Amino acid sequence: MTKNYDAIIIGGGHNGLTAAAYLAKAGRKVIVLEQRHVLGGAAVTEEIFPGFKYTVYSYVISLLPPRIIRDLELPKHGLHLMPLEGAFTPMEDGNYIASYADEDDTIDEIRRHSRRDADIFPLYSNLMYDLARAVRPILTMVPPDLRRPGMDGLRTIRDLGKHVQTLGKEKFHWLTKIMTMSAHDFLREWFETDVLIATQASIGIVGTMLGPKSPGTAYVLLHYFLGELDGALSSWGWQRGGTGGVSEAIASAARSYGAEIRCNAPVVQVIVQNGQAVGVALENGDEIYGKTVVSACDPKVTFRKLVDEKDLPSELVQAIDNFKYRGSSGKVNLALDGLPDFPAMKDKALMRAMQEICPSTDYLEQAYDDAKYDDFSKRPFMGCIIPSTVDPSMAPPGKHVMSIFVQYACYDMPSHGDRDQQRDAFGNAVIDTLAEFAPNIKDLILHKQVLTPWDIEQELGITEGNISHGELMLDQLFFMRPTPGWAKYRTPIRNYYQCGSGTHPGGGITGTPGRLAAMEIIKDGK
Amino acid sequence: MKQTPFHPRTSELCELYNWSLWSNWLLVDMYAPDHTHEYFAVRTACAVFDISMIPKYHIHGPDALGLLNRIVTQDVSRCAVGRVLYTPWCDDEGKIIDDGLLAHLDEGSFRLTTGDPMLYWLEDNAVRLDVSIDDVTESLAGLALQGPFSRDLLKQLSGEEIEKLAYFDITKTKIAGIPVEVSRTGYTGDLGYEIWVQPQHAVQLWDMLFEAGEAYRLIPFGDFALEMTRIEAGLLLTDVDFNSSMKVVHEFQKSSPLELGLGWAVKLDKEFFVGQEALKQEKARGPAWATVGLEVDLNSLEAIFAEFDMPLYLPPEAWSEAVPIYSHGEQIGKATSGTWSPILKKSIAIARLKPQYAKPGTVVDMEVTIDAQRKQAKATVVKLPFYDPPRKKSMGSH
Repeated sequence: MTKNYDAIIIGGGHNGLTAAAYLAKAGRKVIVLEQRHVLGGAAVTEEIFPGFKYTVYSYVISLLPPRIIRDLELPKHGLHLMPLEGAFTPMEDGNYIASYADEDDTIDEIRRHSRRDADIFPLYSNLMYDLARAVRPILTMVPPDLRRPGMDGLRTIRDLGKHVQTLGKEKFHWLTKIMTMSAHDFLREWFETDVLIATQASIGIVGTMLGPKSPGTAYVLLHYFLGELDGALSSWGWQRGGTGGVSEAIASAARSYGAEIRCNAPVVQVIVQNGQAVGVALENGDEIYGKTVVSACDPKVTFRKLVDEKDLPSELVQAIDNFKYRGSSGKVNLALDGLPDFPAMKDKALMRAMQEICPSTDYLEQAYDDAKYDDFSKRPFMGCIIPSTVDPSMAPPGKHVMSIFVQYACYDMPSHGDRDQQRDAFGNAVIDTLAEFAPNIKDLILHKQVLTPWDIEQELGITEGNISHGELMLDQLFFMRPTPGWAKYRTPIRNYYQCGSGTHPGGGITGTPGRLAAMEIIKDGK
Repeated sequence: MKQTPFHPRTSELCELYNWSLWSNWLLVDMYAPDHTHEYFAVRTACAVFDISMIPKYHIHGPDALGLLNRIVTQDVSRCAVGRVLYTPWCDDEGKIIDDGLLAHLDEGSFRLTTGDPMLYWLEDNAVRLDVSIDDVTESLAGLALQGPFSRDLLKQLSGEEIEKLAYFDITKTKIAGIPVEVSRTGYTGDLGYEIWVQPQHAVQLWDMLFEAGEAYRLIPFGDFALEMTRIEAGLLLTDVDFNSSMKVVHEFQKSSPLELGLGWAVKLDKEFFVGQEALKQEKARGPAWATVGLEVDLNSLEAIFAEFDMPLYLPPEAWSEAVPIYSHGEQIGKATSGTWSPILKKSIAIARLKPQYAKPGTVVDMEVTIDAQRKQAKATVVKLPFYDPPRKKSMGSH
């Protein structure tokens, strides 16, 4: 196998596939090499238990930009996104708080807890909307290199500055606050209802090894709020048949433009000659040559596994070694014999919403406390969805699948014994906690899949099992993702590029790192 | 105003009290806030729509076939027993009066469903023919069961036989013991069925469907969701995408089936039918209009919103007020209805354009107003339908 390609893409996750699709659409001869038997990386659907489809590692779709959906004509290739209608949070005293697709319903629900908070909620929503609008251009731009910005970089910085100035003084102050504060403190300035703060703050901790009271989490809250901007165009939601359908749609688009995609093809090394990437070596001994090599893997794999240290400047090696992955979440997938019964749930339509286990701010912070010392939370924060409530194709008639995002779980949890024991103990904590709020859950479980960050690493090869390819923290975002100087999808090795979630704008099923990297490669004339 | 036989159930479920009138029948627009949920049930699971109010005529007797062939533009002699035919019908000038489905129930026995009440037109054309025409509008209740899981649900309630029902077939069967007629038809462009039942069994049928339907996430859907699906399916709506020639006073408000893209349902070579001569002449000189699909270029629309410092916003409801279409500043037609399509992630519209602009791929300008300011967004002509999943016609599963 010595066929010559314009671009060899390592990793068939959604970003690798997106890069492949854009490059192929631009006329490049592209091959994608995926180590697993299935495409999608962390965005896959697998039938682990017969008849039940698990969205194994991820759970909801958010932030997939309308632009990519349109450019790649993804609906034609099977994209079928449905909105996730609100959230339900049971409280420890038997009460609950919910949010709905309809904002008036949400406000009335808040009014049950606090009239003041209900009245102020629309103002908070407006502010978040404006702030999200202000930072949104960042998500679709190639980060400038602040040390050597060049004309493009200077233009980017100027445009961004101008754009932010349109916010006005008061909102600009809020922007500086949200960039620096903890989600908890930021929300305290708005609301008095603890459980409302907890539900909002929980968004700010997703994918981080931080608690709601840790500075920096308010920004993460804003990051996820960006998905709200596109309303009917995009929004939070689920894919018919599971999130793997998104990857399959992107793969189908890439193929339609002529890209070649190969599964069961693990790459062990990037072949570098004279400081220039010329191809890749596969585990089976095959070598494939091409003009560029693009890694959709996380930064550690990209820089520390696939290439030799001697081909990289030592400062980059050091920066990558210091890059924080700290997978902080696990995943539990359940095949259920029927619907769980949350006694606090008065409106059964909320079965179609996300059931969130975050009854108070202290609960969340205490969940984080456990994780500080290499452990899982005894009572973790959980986001549960039951896709089979809207999509009968996920489970046999009358049965259900529950997809549970669990935070926190650490990569190493030595106090629980070996890896199997760690997984068992973690899985039990999840089910026991869930049973506090839905007592019949244990009787319904037909099959259970438990994944700790370590398991995710074993299956997908993602360092420390962080499906965002590194924590979403301010010091690891924008021109610092993965590290200052190397945030423009290029690497010190000529013709070697990076396009995974470890590059700007980071994790979530956004496809944007893949798209921006492809555009840079095209710009470089490769 | 009138209530359908399913009213005891639909009124119970219509939390929003959001009703409109359709030929003076009460019709649910949406059951609960956010009709997109109902829309997605049609495209993902299954959902039912109360179609009891549709005018229905039982036409039987030795000359039934002759009468129908005289009225409609399709060739009824080619519709076998157990089959259903879509057909328009016209006045003498070849202008469309209405369209509907014609089911061949038995030898010499048909049922025609129409948009508007049509008894007098049927009777006027039946002079000297040996045929009986019964208005059965109120003696038959109907439910459209639509969506990828509609077949699984029906199979559970009425047996494996339902699997053999091909697209546009009709059969007599039982659902949970209740005698019904089931046709594989619908107005959503998806896999789906229409079920006809005696009114006294209507509520029982509803309950049986919903009891078994829970496993398939069955919900009812209203007119807002129906509108979105029928536009995606490229199906025209009377009084919206065209007017009945009987109800308008000005010539320009009339349309011919050839102008409406229904030429495939006009069999000019069959025996005499009303409007045949005019349609032959129209075909020879070429229709004045062509009906097409339009896909709005969202990048161009987004740029217009950006002029107002607004992010792109598209309302979640279908619209049906005609919008002018331009090319190089000159008006070349109108879009008659449109919607945001959540599945296709596109803003789509059904439009009637001058024929020289009807070629797929042609770029035209569509009027949009933001804050009452007139702007023009780019739109591309495409073939109808916009959405046509293989499951609609296939015999396999979802």
